[in-house]
Amino acid sequence: MATVIERVTKVVVDRLGVDESEVKPEASFRDDLGADSLDVVELVMEFEEEFDMQIDDEDAEKIGTVGDAVSFIESKLG
Amino acid sequence: MANLTDQVAIVTGASRGIGRSIALYLAKLGAKVVVNYSGSKEKAEAVANEIQENGGTAIAVQANVANSDDVSALMKETIDAFGRIDILVNNAGITRDNLLMRMKEDDWDAVMNTNLKGVFLCTKAVSRQMMKQRAGRIVNIASIVGVSGNAGQANYVAAKAGVIGLTKTSAKELAARNIYVNAVAPGFIDTEMTEELPEDIKEQMLGQIPLAKLGNPEDVAKVVAFLASDDASYMTGQTLHVDGGMVM
Repeated sequence: MATVIERVTKVVVDRLGVDESEVKPEASFRDDLGADSLDVVELVMEFEEEFDMQIDDEDAEKIGTVGDAVSFIESKLG
Repeated sequence: MANLTDQVAIVTGASRGIGRSIALYLAKLGAKVVVNYSGSKEKAEAVANEIQENGGTAIAVQANVANSDDVSALMKETIDAFGRIDILVNNAGITRDNLLMRMKEDDWDAVMNTNLKGVFLCTKAVSRQMMKQRAGRIVNIASIVGVSGNAGQANYVAAKAGVIGLTKTSAKELAARNIYVNAVAPGFIDTEMTEELPEDIKEQMLGQIPLAKLGNPEDVAKVVAFLASDDASYMTGQTLHVDGGMVM
């Protein structure tokens, strides 16, 4: 079973068309990975599907970097 | 004529009036139609049955568009039944007419909730699916009075003007995902909603229509079908007046 970070990385690579090596924990979706605000909304939607969870709008707004996404998802998975 | 073969369309408030006509017309052009209703179950089922009898595909689904849980369920039921959503027609609307000075707060809220918040909720919910599909067409039913104003309809007019603004903003936000959002502003259309108007008001309105006649629901449905199809390939954020020339 792939780890959370591996699965997040795959979603980000597929969605944003960036190289896997760029998807570091500190990378900001918008500033470093070229996502616009709509891309971020879509990424969150895809995380919801990939991890079969609901991410509320309030929580989604706090997800700015790859690391934010991974730690949020890990906390939800418990 | 626009071709909508196998396109999946949700029409809100489709049990009667303009919504019913839109549902029937989209089905005639080949669309699979979700006939949404809030209270009129039998009428909505009759619309769905009529579509099926004519060889089309339709289901009737209950949802109050002003309730976000209902709206989510409407989207889910559509996807469970047909696998995708190509077209959303935000048609559901009510009136609670009165002069501004006599309008009750509840009447203001009820009209805003169904006619404006309902469009927001349905657009938000359907965008999720349409973004994934990288395709979609949303047609909002505004009203000519949302452009011109109308005495006795402060709530309705404000909501419909709001729908026109919401159409423009949704069009700008969603264009990058190949989702088109346009509006149709019907004028004086012969439906139950306009039947309730007093005779003198009707006479007065007719006098303001260059084509000197009421429209019928199918006049509106045809324009909706155009905007819901690829024929409207380079249009988004627009409001088309279907009003016999009443407001230019």
